[in-house]
Amino acid sequence: MWKNLLDWIEYRIPMMRVANMHALQYPAPKNMNFWYVFGFIATVVLVNQIVTGIWLTMNYNPSAEGAFASVEYIMRDVDYGWVLRYMHSTGASAFFVVVYLHMFRGMMYGSYQKPRELLWLFGMFIYLALMAEAFMGYLLPWGQMSYWGAQVIISLFGAIPVIGDDLTLWIRGDYVISGATLNRFFALHVIALPLVIVVLVFLHIVALHEVGSNNPQGINIKHPKGSLKEEDKTKFNIHEYYTSKYDIINDVVPFFPHIVLKDLVAFTVFCAAFAYVMFFNPEMGGFFLEPPNFEPANPLKTPEHIAPVWYFTPFYAILRAVPDKLLGVILMFAAIVMLALLPWLDRCKVRSVKYRCGFHKINLAMFVVSFCILGWLGIKPATPTYTLMSQFFSFTYFAFFGLLWLYSKNEKTKPVPARITK
Amino acid sequence: MSNAPVNNGRRRFLTVATSVVGGVGAAGAVVPFIASWNPSAKAKAAGAPVEVNISKLEAGQMLRVEWRGKPVWVVKRTKEMLDGLATHEDKLRDADSEVEQQPGYAQNRTRSIKPEIFIAVGICTHLGCSPQYLPDTFTEQVVGVPSGFMCPCHGSKFDMAGRVFQSVPAPTNLVIPPHKYLDENTVLIGDDSGVA
Repeated sequence: MWKNLLDWIEYRIPMMRVANMHALQYPAPKNMNFWYVFGFIATVVLVNQIVTGIWLTMNYNPSAEGAFASVEYIMRDVDYGWVLRYMHSTGASAFFVVVYLHMFRGMMYGSYQKPRELLWLFGMFIYLALMAEAFMGYLLPWGQMSYWGAQVIISLFGAIPVIGDDLTLWIRGDYVISGATLNRFFALHVIALPLVIVVLVFLHIVALHEVGSNNPQGINIKHPKGSLKEEDKTKFNIHEYYTSKYDIINDVVPFFPHIVLKDLVAFTVFCAAFAYVMFFNPEMGGFFLEPPNFEPANPLKTPEHIAPVWYFTPFYAILRAVPDKLLGVILMFAAIVMLALLPWLDRCKVRSVKYRCGFHKINLAMFVVSFCILGWLGIKPATPTYTLMSQFFSFTYFAFFGLLWLYSKNEKTKPVPARITK
Repeated sequence: MSNAPVNNGRRRFLTVATSVVGGVGAAGAVVPFIASWNPSAKAKAAGAPVEVNISKLEAGQMLRVEWRGKPVWVVKRTKEMLDGLATHEDKLRDADSEVEQQPGYAQNRTRSIKPEIFIAVGICTHLGCSPQYLPDTFTEQVVGVPSGFMCPCHGSKFDMAGRVFQSVPAPTNLVIPPHKYLDENTVLIGDDSGVA
């Protein structure tokens, strides 16, 4: 009966074939460590954002007059409204925590290197769409920080020569940020960008499964057809889509259940941390929800100290470090473009940091330090000392990419083993 | 299928012609989606001038009014502030207000019609925050200049005539809106017809 039903479906849509190809018989390197759980966690957060977001729209009022009050209404009068909103606001920050760790994993193990360039680019597009999504969502509560944050970010486009002023006018739909801006951001936040993100995530996963997952050793698990001895080939039942094109080495496990179970352990830990923030510390000391945003937007008065939400602060610090409007904006966007160009800036053939030269290890560490300190500087007021520090660490941020390009050409690497483990 | 010989030139022409016509149609269909983002007729109409009574303004005090949704400052400068304007001009980017950020009648050292009354759009020319008025503590920002405006967002600094200091992110002086005096104590912001 059950078998008949499955056959009936399979004849009409390739359900089991897709499940086998992408889960039950998908070859995953057996040495994937905890750094490899963040892709799965990011998907979980995406689902959380979509579901809680849909429920929030049921009570939210996207107008300059009603937005702030409707968020208060959700928090105070709607049953469990506060749970839904805190799940959404905590989820936004969690998304960036997870995505930054996921990206750092890629940098550490050279996951952007050939043949995973397009996979990395799709990831960068997801990151860009995510930043736009977060920025537009932040305007919706219509608090002081929402308003002035949006004012600053939209004005960035005003730095573009010739068309800048008309472009900002077009984005705002008014001479200042107004209800017109709020309405269009609402539409983009709840419909347009989520669709874009879901499509990009789909493409990211399709691209991943085509080239296969990297691993902490950065070793290939797929070898040319006929190059492996029978005893070196995997004993697991791997889908013929992969085995017909390659010899799969005996260092893989099927994605389901082996990797999925690992991911579920991470999921449990993640949920515990998420619940702690959501129930006991939803504002996270002003980092996840900023104090000025508990005041309704006032177009006549900028808050004493404005800073973006923590996940934008490294780029914000770079923007502030440059004493020139256009150049500051260019460098801020360049900081993201550099990341997207990593597959071509890194000319080394060895992927994992484990087998690369000592200088690369120091360089990567310096990059992480620069990024974190810039993030910290971005929340500080623009005093002369902090500005000087921002300039220094903006320099070291970009130096990472320049140095990488220089030394990776003829880098002295350690020998890479042929097998993950014997 | 007929066995008639294939006319490749004709096929190519038809392919190109339909593609071009289709492309033009698609481009035309995009217009409403792009154009609907422009300010609506209602938003364009809501820019009426504002009348401000300045009779109660004390020396050193600032009044904030809203014009076209933007903050507009009206500051009555003290004599010290006015005298100070000439002393730090070497530290300014555009001391003579050569960039057109003001109507012609405000292109002078005080950037105003009446020397003591300073009227400016309170929006930083960098990224649109509203700078803070620091009447007494500005010297912490620029040594030797006792009062001025400082933008909390990215640290741009302006003097008491809204002129931008060097080595800050803001590129130009603050904008002076069109305005005129209706009588001794009433100023109309947003309309200068019959003045310039």
